[in-house]
Amino acid sequence: MLLSRGCKKLNAMSAILEVRNLIKHYPNVQAVNGISFTVGKGMCFGLLGPNGAGKTTTVEIMEGILPPTSGEVLYKGEPLGRRFQEEAGIQFQNTALQDYLTVANQLNLFASFYQKTMPMDELIEVCALQPLLERDSAMLSGGQRQRLLLAIALVNDPQVLFLDEPTTGLDPQARRNFWELVERIKARGKTVILTTHYMEEAYRLCDEIAIMDHGKVIARGSPGHLLTEHFNDSVIELPAEDFRLDAEQFPLKVLSKRGAVEIVTDDVEAAVSALLKHGVSLSRMVVRPRTLEDLFLELTGKELRG
Amino acid sequence: MNPGASLRRIVALTKVRNLEFLRDRSSLGWNIVLPILLVLGLSLLFSGGGKPLYKVAVATQAQVLTAELHPFLDTRYVDFIRIDSADAYMDKLIHHKVDMMIDLQSGQYWVNESSPKGYTLERMLVGTQGPALQRSVVDGEEIRYVDWLVPGILGMNMMFSCLFGVGYVIVRYRKNGYLKRLNATPLTAFEFICAQVLSRLLLIIGITVVIFGGTVWLLDLRMQGSYLDLFILTLVGAVAMIALGLSVSARVTSEELAGGLLNVLSWPMMFLSGVWFSLEGMSPLLQRAADIFPLTHLLNGARAIMLDGAGLGDVLYPLVALLVMTLVFMLLGATWFKWTSE
Repeated sequence: MLLSRGCKKLNAMSAILEVRNLIKHYPNVQAVNGISFTVGKGMCFGLLGPNGAGKTTTVEIMEGILPPTSGEVLYKGEPLGRRFQEEAGIQFQNTALQDYLTVANQLNLFASFYQKTMPMDELIEVCALQPLLERDSAMLSGGQRQRLLLAIALVNDPQVLFLDEPTTGLDPQARRNFWELVERIKARGKTVILTTHYMEEAYRLCDEIAIMDHGKVIARGSPGHLLTEHFNDSVIELPAEDFRLDAEQFPLKVLSKRGAVEIVTDDVEAAVSALLKHGVSLSRMVVRPRTLEDLFLELTGKELRG
Repeated sequence: MNPGASLRRIVALTKVRNLEFLRDRSSLGWNIVLPILLVLGLSLLFSGGGKPLYKVAVATQAQVLTAELHPFLDTRYVDFIRIDSADAYMDKLIHHKVDMMIDLQSGQYWVNESSPKGYTLERMLVGTQGPALQRSVVDGEEIRYVDWLVPGILGMNMMFSCLFGVGYVIVRYRKNGYLKRLNATPLTAFEFICAQVLSRLLLIIGITVVIFGGTVWLLDLRMQGSYLDLFILTLVGAVAMIALGLSVSARVTSEELAGGLLNVLSWPMMFLSGVWFSLEGMSPLLQRAADIFPLTHLLNGARAIMLDGAGLGDVLYPLVALLVMTLVFMLLGATWFKWTSE
C-alpha cells in the first residue's frame, strides 16, 4: 500500500499532462467515453486507434482546442491556460497556411506569437528547411510540408509537442525521414504526444501507448510490455501458393491473409515439423514475433486503417 | 495581457496579410483596374452631352402639372418636375441639375446665369403667353456627372473590398483550418481581428488614394473641400465597412453562405446608397432604408466635402453614423467570433 502510494506520488510529480475522466458528446455520438491517463515528462506517448475511435477528439481536447463535455486536462498540475499555450507545440492532422508566403515568412509569423522561441537557425537546421526558406509554402512536397508544419510546432521551443498523424499520406522514405526528426526532438527531452495509424511508427517512436476504440482506452503500456502481456507466441508466415493443403487437414489453426497464410503457435519447432511432414516448402517461410498490428487486431477486431 | 507582445503579434499578422494580398497579383490587379475602368468608361458615357431635354422644376400645390397652371408647362421637349418647395431644390439649380425653377405660388422663376440652357428656357418662357413671373437669378458652376460619380465608384470599390476582402477571407481561413492553427497559439481573437482591420485599411486606403489622385488629375475633378477632411471621412467609412465584413464572417463556416450574405449586403448598397444616381428621386421609405448602409453615409459625406466644400463639422451626421455602425459591427463581430468550424 505504501509502495503504491509512493509510486502514485512519483507519477504525479513527473506527469506533465493528466487527463481525467474525459467525456465528449456530439449529437448522436459519444466520441470520448470517460478516459483517464497521465503522460510523463520527456516521454513519447502514442494514441492509437481505428478511424472514429476518438483519438483526434481526445488530442484536440488535450490541446485546448475543443472543450470537453466533462472531465479535465491538467498541464503541470494546472488547467490548460496561457502558460500551456506558450509551452505547447501543435501539429494538426490537416493544417492550411496563409497563401503566398514563403517558408521563412511562415516561420517568422508564428515565432512572433510567442514570448520564448527557439533560435531560428537551430529550428531551420533541426527540420532541414535551409534549402526551402525562400520557397512559396504552397509549392512544397508532402514531406517538405510536414517538416515545415513540424518547425512551426517547434517554433516556441515547446515542452510538450502534439503530433496528430504526422506521416499520413507520406511516402515510405519521407516517413522514415520524419521519424528521424522526431527522434532528434525526443533526444532534446521534449514530451511528445503522437497519434498514428502506423504500428511501426508507434513501435519505433513511443515509450508508451494507449489503444483507443469506441472512445475508450482498451490497453495501455509500453509497446514491449503490451506485447509480452498479451502474447507468448510467434507467427509463421508462408506465401499462400506454398501452402497447398486443406486448412482442415493441418493440425494447427491457419489464417489466410492477403496472399499469405499465418500460423500462430507457441511451439515453432512443432509447427515446422508438422509443415515438413505435410510436404510444405519452407524456403520462403518467415517466423516473426507478434507485433502491435496483431495486438491491435486482437483487441479491436479491426484493421488499423479500417 | 502584455501590450508589447500583443502589438508585436498584430504587426506581424498585418504584415503577412498585406504580403498575401500584394503577392496575389490577379486580386491586386482587379482591385486597381476595375475602378479605373469604371470611372473612365462612365465618364466617357455620360460626359458626351447630347441630352435633348431641358429640365424645369415646378413648385406647386397641384398634384399634376398641366397647361392650365401655366401655358409654359405645355412646351415640348422640356421635362417638367413637380416639387413641393422651391427652397429645398435650390441646390439643384445652383449645380445645374435642373435648368430652371418656377414657383407658381409666389409667381417667381429662377435661372442660373452661367447656364446656357437656362438662358434658352428663359427666352421660351418670355415668349409664352400667361401670367408674368418675376425673375430671380442664382449663380453656381455646373457639377458634371463624373464629379458626382467618382466618389460613388470609389466608395463602391471600397465597399466590395472591405466586405469580401475581410469577410470572405476569414471564412476561408476558418474552413481550411488556418484559424484553428492560430487558435493553438497565444494569439487572441482581438489581436487577430485588429490585424485584419488594420491590414485591409492600409491596403484599401492606399489603393483608393492612388486611384483618386489619378482621377483628380485625369478628369480634373471638382474638389471644393479639404483633402484632409475627405481622408478622415474615408478612413472612418472604410473601418465601418470592414467591421461589417467582420461581423458577417464571425461565425460562418461555409464560403457559399458567406458569399450569399455578403451579396445580400453589397447589392442593395450598390443601388440604394447613391453610387450611380441620386437618392432624391426615390421614395422616402427607400431613402430611409438606405440610411442603414454605411456606404450611404460615406458617399453623402464625401460628396458634401468634394462638391459643396463642406467641412468636417458639416458632415457630422454621416461621421457619427459611421462611428456608431463601426462600434456595433465590431461588438457583434467580437462577440460572435469563432475560431473553428465545429
